[in-house]
Amino acid sequence: MQKCGVFRVKAPDDGALWVPAKDNKSTTNRVGKAATMKRIVSTLALGAALGFGATAALAQAPSTLRNIQNKGFVQCGVTQGLAGFSMPDSAGNWTGLDVDLCRAIAAAIFNDPTKVRFSPLSAKDRFTALQSGEVDLLSRNTTWTLQRDTSLGLNFAGINYYDGQGFMVRKSLNVKSARELSGASVCVQTGTTTELNVADFFRANNLKYEPVVFASADETIKAYDSGRCDVFTTDASGLYAERVKLAKPDDHVVLPEIISKEPLGPVVRHGDDQWLDVVKWVHFAMITAEELNITKANLDQMLQSTNPEVRRVLGVEGNGGEALGLTKDWVVRIVRHVGNYAEIFDRNVGPSTRLGISRGLNALWTKGGLQYAPPIR
Amino acid sequence: MAKMTDGTLPARATGAPKVAFFNDPKTRSLIFQGLALALLVFVIFTAVTNAVTNLRNQNIAGGFGFLDQTAGFGISQTPIPWSESMSYGRAFLIGLLNTLLVAIVGIFFATLLGFVVGVARLSPNWVISKIAYWYVEVIRNLPLLFQILFWYLAVLASMPAPRNSHSLFGLFFANQRGITVPRPIFEPGSGYIGIALILGIVAAFVVRSWAYKRQAATGEQFPVAASMVGLILGLPIVAYLVTGMPVSFDYAQQGRFNLTGGMTLIPEFVALTLALVAYTAAFIGEIVRAGIQAVSYGQTEAGRSLGLPEGRILNLIVVPQALRVIIPPLTSQYLNLAKNSSLAVGIGYPDMVSVGGTILNQTGQAIEIIAMWMGCYLTISIVTSIFMNWYNQRIALVER
Ligand SMILES: N[C@@H](CCC(=O)N[C@@H](CS)C(=O)NCC(=O)O)C(=O)O
Repeated sequence: MQKCGVFRVKAPDDGALWVPAKDNKSTTNRVGKAATMKRIVSTLALGAALGFGATAALAQAPSTLRNIQNKGFVQCGVTQGLAGFSMPDSAGNWTGLDVDLCRAIAAAIFNDPTKVRFSPLSAKDRFTALQSGEVDLLSRNTTWTLQRDTSLGLNFAGINYYDGQGFMVRKSLNVKSARELSGASVCVQTGTTTELNVADFFRANNLKYEPVVFASADETIKAYDSGRCDVFTTDASGLYAERVKLAKPDDHVVLPEIISKEPLGPVVRHGDDQWLDVVKWVHFAMITAEELNITKANLDQMLQSTNPEVRRVLGVEGNGGEALGLTKDWVVRIVRHVGNYAEIFDRNVGPSTRLGISRGLNALWTKGGLQYAPPIR
Repeated sequence: MAKMTDGTLPARATGAPKVAFFNDPKTRSLIFQGLALALLVFVIFTAVTNAVTNLRNQNIAGGFGFLDQTAGFGISQTPIPWSESMSYGRAFLIGLLNTLLVAIVGIFFATLLGFVVGVARLSPNWVISKIAYWYVEVIRNLPLLFQILFWYLAVLASMPAPRNSHSLFGLFFANQRGITVPRPIFEPGSGYIGIALILGIVAAFVVRSWAYKRQAATGEQFPVAASMVGLILGLPIVAYLVTGMPVSFDYAQQGRFNLTGGMTLIPEFVALTLALVAYTAAFIGEIVRAGIQAVSYGQTEAGRSLGLPEGRILNLIVVPQALRVIIPPLTSQYLNLAKNSSLAVGIGYPDMVSVGGTILNQTGQAIEIIAMWMGCYLTISIVTSIFMNWYNQRIALVER
């Protein structure tokens, strides 16, 4: 029933390792059952990887980009399934806002958005996977915090979704505000900022609570659904995504309070500035494309544009892309294969999807939101 | 050069044979041992230096200093007081205590159930022995993680929501949030009760060894079991009454979401203990059966021919001999149970692996946390083994 990301260590009972991609299709990693032991094993693998430099990516730490070009694909750490952000569809293809960032990176490097392999990782395992070189980046609704940025040896490359933490309860409890939750049992996922925020919130408001902490999102939501907890809490985006997994989604409400800032974004290892730049600017390129109204549909027209900014962004003039270690037409590649930020937002989490999230904080800065990209010049 | 006249023995008559030094078995073994050692040192050295450089490249600080930092997360079962503002070190300690708690409770009940199952399998009663047989076969052949999840979901599904808890006399409650019992509050003076309990236990064992000696010398018997129970329970009760009943109880009450007050066994603990007990008992049952069968039937017959009743034959003849066969494999079942408790993360029981994993994730101190896990499991296992070995020696055959 539970799923878990496994990395590096071969587990004999299931082939949950990265299956080599066939015909350049991105590969879904199906995950096995005895996940808990493997979680431990996978943690041990960090020790091994750090210790023996067993991982190629680590041995030549400085050039992740060259390494990716050599192996021919980007290894991207994602969730074990969070609707709208990273989730395999019925055909086994990964889709979602976070997934599309990985695809955009692959498009920029290889001119082919399918040259990505995905590693499903639980919240707890994700940093270990990145540190040990198992994945090239995490694009896994990960909150940017000082601690993660510094002592975990990581670097955040931007914010592709501005979020905040919320609470969900059963309607029948008749709770109107999070401040009424004193004495409640709260189901949370371990290894998250969620776990810390909820502790802060109850402590700050002098409320009692019982934390019930699970390793995977599935276990957490199932325990909540089976009545183990009164409250389920995570990022607001996650609440909407996980609610659809409940037996009776309509019996539950999301409370009005947002108790934290959760700037979610892609993460890379500390110490490889070039790769950090690539990931950062691929994200900015998608924002910039939205600003300039460059879309999948009008891309060919835009290539004829006389607007110097559009010409520069699309690589008709200047060589910004080459300075990044990519090609001149990197933004063209991103938009052609994946789209601009508005397109990926609407496609994955926007109002017309099951999640129905409005742009809100994630609108462009020109439209009252926070999404803003430094100039590409 | 001396010629070897014999294929197996070196010729001695003409002095020591001059073999090339690399053919000399002694030198050879020294060389190979030296090589193995050098390889080991090299591997460890490379591993350590690599780890250090890699960690430095990634800007990850080493050392155990992080254990003093504020943890900031909640824990659902805390045998010692805990608040989010306490340190990672204390959080880890709580995880360790939770591991020890399931391990000890689990070992106790698994031993009881295991002995029952083992004896039941040898029962002449067909139904009982078949039930025991199927119990062992089914439980042994299902993966433990699966059983833990099963018990967890079974516990959750079979219990009512907190608002309509099952209750017994309004004192004991069971619901989806666990089993709640009144919590004793020890007021000043209650220390004497603890002292009385310890005295009672010591006195009970003194009485026991006195009674055994007396029986060996004179053949007279003494009601050992009854007097031991009397001492162990009686002394604390007397102390409780004499000190003016310094223990009161905090009873659970219905709160808005959960029961408040009282003492709660969380469902994760209950499910994990049930699963570990059920699983390990199946193995212990087999060990016990094998142990009993290892005692030759002639021993029982000899007992019968002396006119001993069946119970005494089992107690005085079969079990003491069977124990010698049982104890060593039993020890490894105990070790297994303690280590298997790490599967707790699967259902959110805050054991050492679960809490340690949270700390690891928040601080990034993978190597340190893994070292602490290994150190703790190793210590638990070694202490268990030492105790069991001591016990094994104690019950070893002493010939008079
Ligand atoms: N943004 C938070 C929480 C991220 C997180 O892991 N959220 C959960 C609950 S929505 C999740 O995505 N789980 C999916 C999984 O573990 O596969 C963080 O970075 O710590």
